[in-house]
Formats: sequence, structure tokens, C-alpha cells
Amino acid sequence: MKDAFGSPQSLLILGGTSEIALATARRLIARRARTVWLAGRPSPTLEDAAGQLRPLGAEVRTVPFDALDTGGHEEALGKVFAEGDIDVVLLAFGVLGDQERAEAEPAEAVRIAQTNYTGAVSAGLVCARSLRVQGHGSLVVLSSVAGERARRSNFVYGSSKAGLDAFAQGLGDALYGTGVHVMVVRPGFVRTRMTAGLAAAPLATTAEVVAEAVETGLRRRSEVVWVPGALRPVMTVLRHMPRAIFRRLPV
Amino acid sequence: MSSPAGPAGPRAASGRAASGRAASSRTTTPGRTASVTGWGRTAPTTARLVRPGSYDEAASAVRECGPRGGIARGLGRAYGDAAQNAGGVVWDMTGLDRIRRFDAEAGVVECEAGVSLHRLMEVLLPLGWFVPVSPGTRYVTVGGAIGADIHGKNHHVAGSFTRHVRSFELLTADGAVRTVRPGTDLFDATAGGMGLTGVVLAAAVRLVPVQTSLMAVDTERAADLDDLLARLSATDHRYRYSVAWIDLLARGAATGRAVLTRGDHAPLDALPARARRTPLAFRPGRLPPAPRGLPDGLLGRRSVGLFNACWYRRAPRRRTGELQRLSAFFHPLDGVPHWNRVYGRGGFVQYQFVVGHGEEETLRRVVERIAARGCPSFLAVLKRFGAGGSGWLSFPAAGWTLALDIPAGLPGLGAFLDGLDEAVAAAGGRVYLAKDARLRPELVDVMYPRAPEFRELRGRIDPRGVFVSDLSRRLAL
Ligand SMILES: Cc1cc2nc3c(=O)[nH]c(=O)nc-3n(C[C@H](O)[C@H](O)[C@H](O)COP(=O)(O)OP(=O)(O)OC[C@H]3O[C@@H](n4cnc5c(N)ncnc54)[C@H](O)[C@@H]3O)c2cc1C
Ligand SMILES: NC(=O)c1ccc[n+]([C@@H]2O[C@H](COP(=O)([O-])OP(=O)(O)OC[C@H]3O[C@@H](n4cnc5c(N)ncnc54)[C@H](OP(=O)(O)O)[C@@H]3O)[C@@H](O)[C@H]2O)c1
Repeated sequence: MKDAFGSPQSLLILGGTSEIALATARRLIARRARTVWLAGRPSPTLEDAAGQLRPLGAEVRTVPFDALDTGGHEEALGKVFAEGDIDVVLLAFGVLGDQERAEAEPAEAVRIAQTNYTGAVSAGLVCARSLRVQGHGSLVVLSSVAGERARRSNFVYGSSKAGLDAFAQGLGDALYGTGVHVMVVRPGFVRTRMTAGLAAAPLATTAEVVAEAVETGLRRRSEVVWVPGALRPVMTVLRHMPRAIFRRLPV
Repeated sequence: MSSPAGPAGPRAASGRAASGRAASSRTTTPGRTASVTGWGRTAPTTARLVRPGSYDEAASAVRECGPRGGIARGLGRAYGDAAQNAGGVVWDMTGLDRIRRFDAEAGVVECEAGVSLHRLMEVLLPLGWFVPVSPGTRYVTVGGAIGADIHGKNHHVAGSFTRHVRSFELLTADGAVRTVRPGTDLFDATAGGMGLTGVVLAAAVRLVPVQTSLMAVDTERAADLDDLLARLSATDHRYRYSVAWIDLLARGAATGRAVLTRGDHAPLDALPARARRTPLAFRPGRLPPAPRGLPDGLLGRRSVGLFNACWYRRAPRRRTGELQRLSAFFHPLDGVPHWNRVYGRGGFVQYQFVVGHGEEETLRRVVERIAARGCPSFLAVLKRFGAGGSGWLSFPAAGWTLALDIPAGLPGLGAFLDGLDEAVAAAGGRVYLAKDARLRPELVDVMYPRAPEFRELRGRIDPRGVFVSDLSRRLAL
């Protein structure tokens, strides 16, 4: 159960090697989390991630999960919930992809869309059903500022996150009153493996800062969290900017 | 008998879920789905609320509760998650609200578990009888008083609530109703057992005779913590009721300054002539309720500090024999229905612990840490407890207890309170489960050494785990 400050005792991470997710896990283990599930594509990296969390004081288990294998979500995640309540599900998987390649090879764009959107819709709904039965729990969805307004330079990723963001908001409304809380997290540029080699955007931040924002959001039962918070007004401006101007911005 | 529902009614959190209509129906199935919290309004979870109106309805509700079990709920005055059960059933016991019999010879009342202490006062005070233990609010049920084994300002002389319970009827997991008497394991597990051994359906409670409904109160100030402890140690035994309001925002030389209020029921001859005509009238005042949707952070360090300072300065240095209404002496906060809303959407936690005599240093360190941290805490309460009772998870134990409210949104509060827990546990003390919403489960067995026995008994009489609450899940009770 979560305590009065929204600190969970059990955590399920979808995308078990995500740097943002692991930073969040470390923070939550420092509070109350004692059971952590890392769901992800089996790899030494996934096992390493589990190995690094264990000494912090949690029982950490890995479970095979592929966002693209939507047919297998029910079974893979069902097993986790069968073992006990999950207080927080962190939906963290996602791929940035390569925009140029995606434009040239539609199959690559489909892979991005299916991972970030279709995969999340499937896994999100499977988890939502179990959370609903529990009557409590939070589903934290890592969306992105990129979904707030699609940019020329990465609109495939951006549109997949826009879809994910809209889906998560709708799911949150659908679950209102069931005891389940859905929180949409919209980070800006975060320095992780995903963005390695890219030039940092303004207001760039770190996985640790996102983790802290997630913890605070859980305490406040926030529905939307921007990281850093300053992105909220910035994106409000960008969102309302006329197309002709937006198109020419160097973003 | 009319419903004893207090200002917050039998439930919970969100206004949306709070329609009183369904709650007054007498059917047990299917109940309605509602978001439920404790008085502190943190950590809401959703459950099916079922309101049994008879023993049969209660028994079938227990039999039909489903895989996520059920928990009894009284008036929801526990601060944390004790009377909520995510995904399962919450039995709203306020439908069992009959006062069955009053034996004026023995001073024993037999009533159902959903009767509130407010109702008992309303009915029995005019007859010259008062509840044996009264917490800081009248809006608790007899079932909740047993479930939390509540204490009052008279703990140092009268002990906790279940000391005055002659017997109760308990609906257990097998659907049977057992009469449970003091001196048995089931009694001791249920006294303070947070509803986890079964549902109390009714109880026989010994009352205390009073001549009037007024209190004769002595007030005095204590300049700091040493002064306070000295006064309480020296003269508490002279008073039946005793408590100190302590200003936890005062620092430096004033750390721990407090106002002591102590007294007893006023005898008839203490009343002025006019009041003697209706000496037993029960007239609690009522103000309008606190509005909904108040913002967080209304109660900051500055505003609360100012309030506390005024409170301290306003109190007389010393005054004796002042006549006060019962409600003003025992339940000042009940005058403002829904006062818990002033903490805003984020809610608040109450931290209450006890440490033994001889652990004054621990108490002092905790008070200093709270003062240094600047927790915007209104009038915290300090009291000297008498010896503990027989309940395995009963909270009171001989020593010092301190209780304070803190807005849950205060950054870093979780870690700060964990630090206080460590100090309390190291001193052999404990925190009060009826107030708790955040304790680390690892500390339960340290603070409550009989918790393993409690679990073992639960395993035996409730093998399917019918009785479950968010608290029992969180603390692995
Ligand atoms: C303003 C205020 C002041 C307070 N002051 C004090 C004080 O001075 N001393 C003190 O000891 N406490 C105090 N409390 C706490 C309160 O007395 C306890 O939490 C009490 O248990 C609340 O009773 P309730 O009927 O509201 O029960 P709830 O809060 O609904 O439930 C509390 C517990 O009792 C169990 N329970 C309720 N009914 C039954 C039943 N029929 N059978 C079995 N279990 C049952 C529940 O499962 C739960 O575990 C105070 C609370 C408030 C809000
Ligand atoms: N970094 C940023 O700037 C930024 C900004 C805004 C939002 N976000 C979002 O935040 C989330 C986490 O990002 P991050 O920065 O922590 O990146 P990361 O370290 O690269 O993590 C991405 C995760 O997604 C997993 N994943 C990818 N495809 C998968 C699939 N088909 N099935 C299962 N898992 C899959 C990866 O697992 P493998 O180890 O198996 O590859 C990895 O665990 C992502 O959703 C991202 O879009 C990131």
C-alpha cells in the first residue's frame, strides 16, 4: 500500500532498463518500496539493473516483457499481479528512433509507433484492469514534451507520444473513482542513453530530477507533471504559436 | 434510535462518493462503491461500502465479502488507513445503532457497536452517567473505541476504553457470533486490534456516575518542557482528567511551553443556583462546517506559530475551578464539523507516540527536533499515561505521549517522521496505529512485541484472511 505521502511498497517498471525508471526506483526504494519488478526484453542489461537495485534493500525480480508483443502482455503482466498488489506501475519503455530513417523506411516509423503507442495502450490497459480490481495504485506514464506539439525534426516520435499522452489522460478519466490514479509525466530533454550524442535542448535535465518529480507527483496525486516545471509555460506558448512561425523555429 | 452519524457522517473522502442516500438503506448487497480515507484525508482507496442493519445482515456480509476481504468502519475518525480496504468491502457499522439496555444499578450500558459516544452522552448524561473514556472527539463509535482501544484525558487514572468493557459480541470469520470477555486471548487481541479479529457487533460498557454535565477546570501555564513535565509528574494524581496543549513552534528557552488544563466533573454544589436546576443538560455548541476545497498551505509556519503564541499568552497563568461545558473541555474541535478540511486537498497526518517514564530525554529530543524543523503544528497534545492495558496491540503504556498534526504536503516529512520513529523505537516506545498512515512495517514488531502472537491468532481464527484493511496490508499485520 502507498503511505500518506504516496510512497509505494511495490513497484512494477515496464521498460526495466530505462534510466529514468531506474532513477525513480532508487528513490522509491530509499522510502518504502520493498518489492520491485523489472519487466523488459531479457538481456544482461536487465539483469544488471536488477542486481544494482538489490543492495539498496528491495526484493527485485525481472520478468520478460516486449512492448511489441502485445499478444503476450496479458500473460506476462498477469503473473506479476498474481503475486500481490502493485502500488505503482511505471510505464517507461519507449524508443526515440531515427526520424530521417523513419521517413525513408515506413517500417521503422511503424516500429516506433507500435512501441510507444500501441504497446503502451495494450500494457496500460492490462495493468489498469488489475489495478482496478485492487482498488488502489498509480499508473505513471512517461510521455514527453515532444507529444505536446509535433516538431518537424521528430514528428514520428512526437506523434507517438501525443497519442500516448491522450490515451493516458483518457484512461485517467475512465479510472476516476476506482481508486486508481493515472499520472502523465512530460519530461523535456533528459540526458540518458536515449538522448546520448544529441545536442542538449534548452532546459535539459537529468533522470534524477525526473525521478524526484515522479515522487512528488505521487505524493500530490498529480495528473500531469512537467519536468522541469518551467516547461509548462514554455509549451503553452509553443502550443499556441501560429504554424507558419512554429515551422521555422530551430527546434 | 436515530442515526448517530457525526458531522462527517459514516464515511469518507470525496464529496462525490458521499451521498448519504445509499448509506441509509438497510440492505447489505450490493453496497455502493466509494472512495474512502481516514480523517487525515490521505491515501484514498476504493471499496464497496456495505451497511448492515442487523446481525444477520452483518453475518451474511462477512460470508459474502469476496477475495479482497472486508473491514469494519465506524465514524472514520482514525486518521490513517485503518478503516479502509482497497478493492474489498468496508462495513459501515453505523447502521447497528441501538442502545439496548441500561442497568442503572450497575451503571452498565449495552449497545450496538455503531452507537457513537456522542449518542451515549446525549442519552445517558441526563441520567447522570458519562462514558468511561472520552477521546478528543465524541464522534467515534463504540466499535471504533474497542478497535483502537482509545484513551482519554483520564488515562492516568482510568486506563483505556477496553478496561471498562465487560463483554462484547464479535462476529468472526466463520460467520459465528461469540461473546468475548476480558481475560481471554480473543478479548486481548481485539482490544486495539484495529478490526482485524472480526466485527464487534455490540458491547456492554461500564459508565461513570456524574452529578453535573459541567467540568471544574484548573488551568496553568508551563514555561518550558522541564516545567511542564515537573508539573505533570507532581500533581497529575490529584486530577481525574489532565492534558497539556504544547506549542511545538516555540524555540529556544520557550521550547515545550504549554498550557495545562486539568479537572474533574463539577459536583452539584459547585454550580451557581440557576445552573443547578438543569445540572445534567448536554448542550454541545456547533459552528458552521469548514468549507470544502480549501487550498493547501493555509496553515504555514507563520500563521500557526502566531496562533500558538496567542493561545499561550491568552491562557491564564493560573486559574482554578473554572466551570466549562463538557464539550469545551473534551471535544473543542467537534464544534467545527469537517475541521479536517482546513488542511486542504493534501490532507494531514497525525503523529502520536508514547515513550516510557525515564525516557524524558527522548521526549525532549523529539520535541526539539520538531521545533527546529518548524512543523506547522497546531496545539499539540502532551499527556502522562498510566499503566497500559491487556490488549496486544493496544497503544497506551505508562509514560509520556505526544500527538501532533502536520500537513502531509510538507516536503521531506516522510523521512523526518521516519527519523522520529527510530528515536521512539530505540526508547522502547511506539506510535499509535489509529493515527498512523506511514509507519515502516519493519518497526511494527519492535514497537508492538506481541504482534507475532496477534498474527498467529489471526491465522488460526481467520485462515482465509477475511478481515483485511489497507493498514493491515501496509504493515503486514
Ligand atoms: C479530533 C480527534 C481526536 C481524537 N482524539 C483521540 C484521543 O484522545 N484518544 C484516542 O485514543 N483516540 C483519539 N482519536 C482517534 C479515534 O478515537 C480512534 O481512531 C477511533 O478508533 C475512531 O473511532 P471510529 O468509530 O471513527 O472508527 P474508525 O475510524 O471508523 O475505525 C477505527 C478502527 O476501529 C475498527 N472498528 C470500527 N468499528 C468496528 C467494529 N464495529 N468492530 C471492529 N472493529 C471496528 C476499524 O476497523 C478501524 O481499525 C481522535 C480522533 C480525532 C479525529
Ligand atoms: N530521455 C529523454 O530525453 C526523454 C524525454 C521525454 C520522455 N522520455 C521517455 O521516457 C521513457 C524512458 O526513457 P529513458 O530516457 O529512460 O530511455 P532509455 O534508458 O533508453 O529507456 C528506454 C526503455 O525502453 C525499453 N524498450 C524499448 N523498446 C522496447 C520494447 N519493444 N519492449 C520493451 N521495452 C522496450 C528499453 O529496453 P531495452 O533495454 O530492452 O532496450 C528501455 O528500458 C521513454 O518512454 C522515453 O520516451 C525520455
